Amino acid sequence: MIELQHLEKKYVNETSGEIFYAVKDLSLVFPDGKITALLGPSGCGKTTTLRMINRLIEPTGGQILLDGQDIMAQRPEDLRRQIGYVIQQIGLFPHLSVVQNVATVPDLLGRPRAQTRERARELLELVGLEPGQFADKHPHELSGGQAQRVGVARALAADPPVLLMDEPFGALDPLARDKLQEAFLDIQRRLQKTIVLVTHDIDEALRLGDRVALLTGGELAQFGTPNDLVRHPESEFVRQFLGEDALLRQLAGLTAAQLAQPGDATGLPQISGTLNVRSALSVMLGQRSDALAVLDAHGQVQGVLTWQALEEAG
Amino acid sequence: MTVARAAGTRRPASARLLALLWPALLLICLIPGVLSNLFAPLSAGIAPDTGGRPLWQLTLIHLQLVLGAELIVLLIGVPLAVFVTRPGRAALMRLTETITGLGQTVPTIAILALAVPTLGLGLPPTVLGLVLYGLVPVVSNGIAGLLAVDKGVLDAARGVGMTSRQRLMRVELPLSLPVLMAGIRTSTVYNVGTATIGAALGAGGLGSLIINGLSQQNTGLVLIGAVLAGLLALSLDALLELVAPGGR
Ligand SMILES: Nc1ncnc2c1ncn2[C@@H]1O[C@H](COP(=O)(O)OP(=O)(O)O)[C@@H](O)[C@H]1O
Ligand SMILES: [Mg+2]
Repeated sequence: MIELQHLEKKYVNETSGEIFYAVKDLSLVFPDGKITALLGPSGCGKTTTLRMINRLIEPTGGQILLDGQDIMAQRPEDLRRQIGYVIQQIGLFPHLSVVQNVATVPDLLGRPRAQTRERARELLELVGLEPGQFADKHPHELSGGQAQRVGVARALAADPPVLLMDEPFGALDPLARDKLQEAFLDIQRRLQKTIVLVTHDIDEALRLGDRVALLTGGELAQFGTPNDLVRHPESEFVRQFLGEDALLRQLAGLTAAQLAQPGDATGLPQISGTLNVRSALSVMLGQRSDALAVLDAHGQVQGVLTWQALEEAG
Repeated sequence: MTVARAAGTRRPASARLLALLWPALLLICLIPGVLSNLFAPLSAGIAPDTGGRPLWQLTLIHLQLVLGAELIVLLIGVPLAVFVTRPGRAALMRLTETITGLGQTVPTIAILALAVPTLGLGLPPTVLGLVLYGLVPVVSNGIAGLLAVDKGVLDAARGVGMTSRQRLMRVELPLSLPVLMAGIRTSTVYNVGTATIGAALGAGGLGSLIINGLSQQNTGLVLIGAVLAGLLALSLDALLELVAPGGR
């Protein structure tokens, strides 16, 4: 669990002496095993907040507790080796092979080489890269999506309980981003890491976040589940930031499987359970049916998605 | 990017052979009699007298002078480039860049002339001159190479928990090596030329052929010195390129 207590980062302009708060009196708890999205417009202090957690930036006030321990009690390097870190620029080491990149942190921790390499190959597999094909490649031989998969594998290599991600999918084209988000959710379902995900993309926050912390001007505007923010915005800013179509956007973040209920599916148009609900809605309208049969990965009917369930969700 | 990398790791065999062309030519020219017979017509028909010392010995002295100075250059230049590129030393780095820039404009002969009164004649002022000149490209390329390391890569290196020393050794130096190597090549090649001037101070080497040739008005002797120095410079350049890591 990561706790921010009255966290503050202020910058003093050297010439004018003006004080600027990049982050101000920010108190937040990032729950264990969940993805918390730090959402907000550009310049609202997301990156600053994230980088204070692994001490790439030192706070000017307040404190951060990691499992109850003040993070300032450790050497920054030791702290960082227990926290995975993924950035938009990916930042793979261009002179090292893929497997060497992934093995960086275990190497720094002095783990035996053979064991480290074995683990690196497992991680490549986990992020969807065939080790035989990719282990010995160099970063410049990878596509953006593949490179960021390696970035994620590197962050996971020492099995850190916490993962910090700064716009990890931001530099990818929409297709690669979609695939990687999907893979990422799949990995998280298995690993249950405590993840802080910085994004300015509302859809991404609603889709990936178990919780969303919306920031503005370095301060917390609202913290809650995606549902809370969409249905019960606490201020005009939150409502406006999420936009008029927030409900539809949220539906896009839910899968048909999540809203499917037991029921008789005979004769209903069939959709895959991984289809997002917004798309399911258009299938309903197109097929003029107020219920759809939802199939699982093996093509078996796993439930029925009804118009009523959609209404309740939306 | 891909092309440069491929060229760096797996240089085609033809390029390797070509790189050995200059050293081979140099060795042929060092066979006793080859050059002196070639240039005899320019020395009134008499094979030029090289002062009792075989050419290979003069070349070896020259090479030792250049490589010895280059070693000192590396021992000073690389740490200096590293030192001034650490955070919080921007002013010092600009100062260093200005000085190295200026260094290029001061004539060699001026440095040598200034060094003689304090260091006397012979090896010391020559080595000083070679080191000062050699430092210019090594320091400026060293700085440029270190500054060019991708900021995202550096951030990642910090983020994964590397100490500043580990970042330097594992990331910054390996990534700036191609640029640094280019500086080392330039520095070495220049100094083959600069070292000929050292002969005027009695440091020996191929420059003594040129000086003797000039004083005896023996064009053949001058040319032998110049050709050997030229071939030595080209050989070192080719060999250093061969061992240099490719850019990426
Ligand atoms: N070193 C710095 N000095 C002054 N201001 C800074 C510095 N770093 C960041 N800021 C400011 O702090 C604010 C928050 O930045 P950041 O956390 O990067 O925002 P974002 O939410 O886009 O990630 C921005 O207005 C930025 O200009
Ligand atoms: Mg940011």
